[in-house]
Amino acid sequence: MAGLWPYLLVAPTVLGAAYLLLYPLLRSVVISFQHFRTGELIRGGAAFVGLENYQEVLGSDEFWSVVWRTLLWTAVNVAAIMVISTLVALMIARLRKRLRLAVMSGLVLTWATPVLAATTIFQWLFQSRLGVVNWLLATLGLESFRGYPWFADGTSTFVILVVVVVWQSVPFAALTLYAGLTTIPAELYESARIDGATGWQIFRNVTFPILRPLFGLITSLEVIWVFKCFAQIWAISRGGPDGATTTLPVYAYQIAQSLHKYDLGAAISTLTVLILVAALITHLRRMLRHEGDHTKGDQL
Amino acid sequence: MRLRRLPLTLAALSVLIVSVFPVYWMVLTAFKPTKDIQADTPTFWPANPTLEHFATAVNADGFGLFWRNSLLVTVSAVLAALVVALLAAFAVARMRWRGRRGFILMVFIAQMAPWEALLISMFIIARDTGMLDKLSMLSLIYFMTTLPFTIVTLRGFLAAIPPELEEAAQMDGASRLVAFRRVVFPLLAPGLMSTSLFGFITAWNEFAFANALIIKNQDDRTLPVWLSSFSNIFGTDWGATMAAATLFMLPVLLIFLLLQRRVTSGFTAGAIKG
Repeated sequence: MAGLWPYLLVAPTVLGAAYLLLYPLLRSVVISFQHFRTGELIRGGAAFVGLENYQEVLGSDEFWSVVWRTLLWTAVNVAAIMVISTLVALMIARLRKRLRLAVMSGLVLTWATPVLAATTIFQWLFQSRLGVVNWLLATLGLESFRGYPWFADGTSTFVILVVVVVWQSVPFAALTLYAGLTTIPAELYESARIDGATGWQIFRNVTFPILRPLFGLITSLEVIWVFKCFAQIWAISRGGPDGATTTLPVYAYQIAQSLHKYDLGAAISTLTVLILVAALITHLRRMLRHEGDHTKGDQL
Repeated sequence: MRLRRLPLTLAALSVLIVSVFPVYWMVLTAFKPTKDIQADTPTFWPANPTLEHFATAVNADGFGLFWRNSLLVTVSAVLAALVVALLAAFAVARMRWRGRRGFILMVFIAQMAPWEALLISMFIIARDTGMLDKLSMLSLIYFMTTLPFTIVTLRGFLAAIPPELEEAAQMDGASRLVAFRRVVFPLLAPGLMSTSLFGFITAWNEFAFANALIIKNQDDRTLPVWLSSFSNIFGTDWGATMAAATLFMLPVLLIFLLLQRRVTSGFTAGAIKG
């Protein structure tokens, strides 16, 4: 009986994960191999069609343009988040106590802002006639921004979405990196400075190698979060205008909910998960190899 | 020396402004009279603060109902996750059993689950089981999204409490359950508190599933979905929109303040030791 207890204790977790995580995941894969439209949703009895849905999805130009847009979206966001966060973390480490506390509190405030509050605020900031951003740009002499309709144009909507996501993501990355920076002993910097290293050389040869695992971890997390980002895009643009902000998760949802092609939507969702897993596995393996080399070097 | 630090100070101030200004602007707009909001030159401080926009937001159709829905879904999900996670965390931190490592691995993988890719199948499952337009379906999903994180952090907190304390109590004749309730539980309280607050924030903010699964029955919407349709509710009344956003953010902000003051140290200690 005593040997049974641990299994009883984890049973609710296992059952919950089986029904609310594994089952939806498998169901999604199954639907992607079926003909599943409005009729099947109501009556049931979906027929298997093999790889037809995947053929249709992979054969459409629209899908590939969405894939490229998603990669661009991920690359731009993650690059911006990592560069800005690193600079902010390095900056915080150099500040005097009171200003440091103020900046960190400001970052926590940003971090605490709910996604839907943030999207609503940025829609207001970038509002065409009364928005404070257009007022500021016009006051600075950029007259063409007076009344500029940011959300009418694909590129500018994309830019605003990047701004929202970066604004919301920097606090976590910057504060985590700063926490990592504080663990580096000051003597290392001092000896590097005595050797005449410049700021950039110190970062490249001291700071970055020590924090490489942390950089790797944060980058992977940001890649996941940005790649599968849905709420921000849906709340601000629903993938528009003219599909300019449609990334893979948004595309899958549009196909399923607006066009009622649940089968194609499920196929796109499955492909999204596969792309994400593939990207992460490559990244993790590279990181592990790096770590391996690193420790081997240390032993020699 | 002063002058050399100037670029650094300026950089710090710009980071501070960029991070604080959007939230400040939301609160400021919520308190501004409409004629100030629509003025050609904006004012950057509250000259004539008013509560009229908060009144508009609170009196908007269904506002109280959506607050209740959000609270109900969030609290039930967090409480369920807390109970289930506590059982699992105890088994992982205090017992030896076959499959323990596999279970931990499963929890870590579940933490990275691509929830956004499950919107469609979850919609179909909900429809098949008559759970579409039901708040309980959202509760279940939020329970599962917060569960892995809750297990991982609670396991950390439990591991930080020496098992000798329980053993001593058991030696004095207490049963394992009593030892847990009297000795471990009080020590675990801060951990339970901060973990559930983080779960609260996750569930309170969730948008994608609430948007996809509550379709016909508009009375069952939650606050994020309601806020996302602000232009249908308030039209171009930005004061009321910002007041609604402020009210939506308020509980999260309070939790962050609470967490920072009281339990951050305990939280990190527990999380690292895990």
